[in-house]
Amino acid sequence: MFDAARCDLNGACAQVCPVGAIVVDARFALDRARCISCSRCIEVCPTGALAQGLTFAVPERTRNELVEPRTAVATKGEELAARAHRVLGRSLHVRHLDAGSCNGCDWEINATTNAVHDLQRFGIDFVASPRHADILLVTGTVTRSLEIAARRTYDAMSEPRLVVTVGACAASGSPYPSGYASGQGAASILPVDVFIPGCPPRPEAIIEGLLLAVGRFVRPR
Amino acid sequence: MIETQNVAADALPESCATLVRDRHARLVVMTGTDERERGRGYGLYYVFALPSGALVSIEAQVDPARPEFPAVTRVVPAAHWYEREVKDLLGVEPSGHPDPRRLVLHDDWPHGLHPLRKDFDGRLPVARDPHPHEPLTGVRGDGVMEVPVGPIHAGIIEPGHFRFGGVGELVFQLEARLFYTHRGIEKAAEGSSVERVLFLAERICGACSLSHAVAYSQAIEELTERRPGLRARLIRSVLLELERLYNHVGDVANLCAGAALQLGVYQGGILKERLQELNAAAAGHRYLFGVACPGGVRRDLDAAAQERIRRESVDIESEFRGYVDALLETESFMERLVGTGVLKHDLADELGAVGVAARASGVVRDVRASQPYAALRPGMVNPVVRTEGDVRARMLVRVDEVFASLGLVRELLGELAEVGPAELVTPIGPLPADRWALGMVESPRGENVHWLMTGARGEITRYRVRSASYNWALVPFAVAGNLLPDFPLINKSFELCYACLDR
Repeated sequence: MFDAARCDLNGACAQVCPVGAIVVDARFALDRARCISCSRCIEVCPTGALAQGLTFAVPERTRNELVEPRTAVATKGEELAARAHRVLGRSLHVRHLDAGSCNGCDWEINATTNAVHDLQRFGIDFVASPRHADILLVTGTVTRSLEIAARRTYDAMSEPRLVVTVGACAASGSPYPSGYASGQGAASILPVDVFIPGCPPRPEAIIEGLLLAVGRFVRPR
Repeated sequence: MIETQNVAADALPESCATLVRDRHARLVVMTGTDERERGRGYGLYYVFALPSGALVSIEAQVDPARPEFPAVTRVVPAAHWYEREVKDLLGVEPSGHPDPRRLVLHDDWPHGLHPLRKDFDGRLPVARDPHPHEPLTGVRGDGVMEVPVGPIHAGIIEPGHFRFGGVGELVFQLEARLFYTHRGIEKAAEGSSVERVLFLAERICGACSLSHAVAYSQAIEELTERRPGLRARLIRSVLLELERLYNHVGDVANLCAGAALQLGVYQGGILKERLQELNAAAAGHRYLFGVACPGGVRRDLDAAAQERIRRESVDIESEFRGYVDALLETESFMERLVGTGVLKHDLADELGAVGVAARASGVVRDVRASQPYAALRPGMVNPVVRTEGDVRARMLVRVDEVFASLGLVRELLGELAEVGPAELVTPIGPLPADRWALGMVESPRGENVHWLMTGARGEITRYRVRSASYNWALVPFAVAGNLLPDFPLINKSFELCYACLDR
């Protein structure tokens, strides 16, 4: 949580951020696509402008909307979601794709199907084949060794299809430096419809992101 | 202190074999380094543990003009994957290695490029070689069928390619192509700050995150000769057991998935969820990220958190007891596990199995007992051992370890209650120049070893992570001779991370 009234732009947070998610120049900006919630920024903030939030980081439809504090962003997301809802209806099939994650997000996706979070109550379930899927749920940075498999998985899906990323590394590659092995997230190779930030996001956030993707989640603005 | 033997590269097999034969040593980790910048060659470090728990390092330098050495694998089979990694990542050839195929790098990686060489810039992408080579060996013959699976699998699981060869449902051979989630973490650590590497270490593997963070922190503390205070060490030990608990309970539940026992999946899943919510309530994170740091811990466990853990541990113990009793009474389930996926004792021993897989095959390896760390003292942990080596044995080792771990948590909490408020982090200061050290932690899957070397200015110049998921090398042996539909069950009984292995 960020309180602009208390921020004096001292930049201590940007200096300690291990993943370069914070920029402080004329204003403070936190890129939740890169943030791994390590809370080093909160520990060093001398003014108390940064504090631990009580809820999870919420999913968004565009990369820009993940930057805090939010500025008004016009997106075509609402329109797309309405169309997705019209075409796909209330029953959704999801295909999970691990494109090179630490396995944390993947376990949280698993947890959405346990008896406590019970994703199936929304008519959403996981399928074994991309050919049966409406949504591709991507974790991981898209490593060199998985890039081809990731593209083929997407290509095997029929239209209409949506892509939702889970976690910081699928959104941006962070915290792994991109290079000979690690990539820059799913958006570098696929059209992403919703980003679910977090490291890893809680199961509730993943469920919210899936509902957001198909226009079934209306967030109070 | 680690006993060190510097030998000529040509003498490596003899020296290692002698140590194993005469002093009953076992290989703990092996690392290759590029030390050309420091006026040396390529360094090879074989670290062994003696039955007493003491470590011995056999070290050699390889001439960069002739980058090869006689493979130790021929006399110490446990070295086989390590030496293949050295060949791939460092370009130093283990001559006479029985299986010199690529391991970490895939078919379309160009020849002659080695990521862990200092003159390789790890920040740049590398073009794909248009002529893939070194395919899988395969099985041929009348009526033989090959079944390729993956790298993208049908469930919510990690990627790996499996090639089953057999007749009908009987599997003769399993070849596993892994390292799809290789993210270059070891290379990324080189030249990075101690804190930056901590956040990478935590994210080698989500499910063993704390074990990795503590093993890394211990390596740093070993280098700087600093030790966290008692309170910090107790918090580490309590939370490491909570990590074991949510994994072990979840692993038993997932075993039910391998045998299509849905009720077992969901009931176990509820217990796992409770344990992860306990993690979040007590330590701020469902996977215990952000807890450990070099010098200590970043979060305290206050009286309320301690009480919550104590209370939950009692509730969960009785619920888990009921859950396990119900599983053991479900004959249709238990029958699937008996005699399935046997890992033989000698194979487990010689190929360097660790963790649950080793202990279920009668090989007593538990870092908590052999090299006690954090707040553990000798005798506090008695390894749970079985001898059958099958899926059932691996399940029962986990079950017994859950009960032992719950007891250990309460014992540690009792000690923590006696310790007053204290500084949670001992300042570690700068790293010393040109030294190496290692940290070892028993993760839910087994022994994690983090080997760390510094350069001339005390910067991190090599970071080698050997996780318990090196057990992957053993899985094909346990699968051969079984039915194909039993593979998911066997696989889940090992429950190894791909991310942990691939790095």
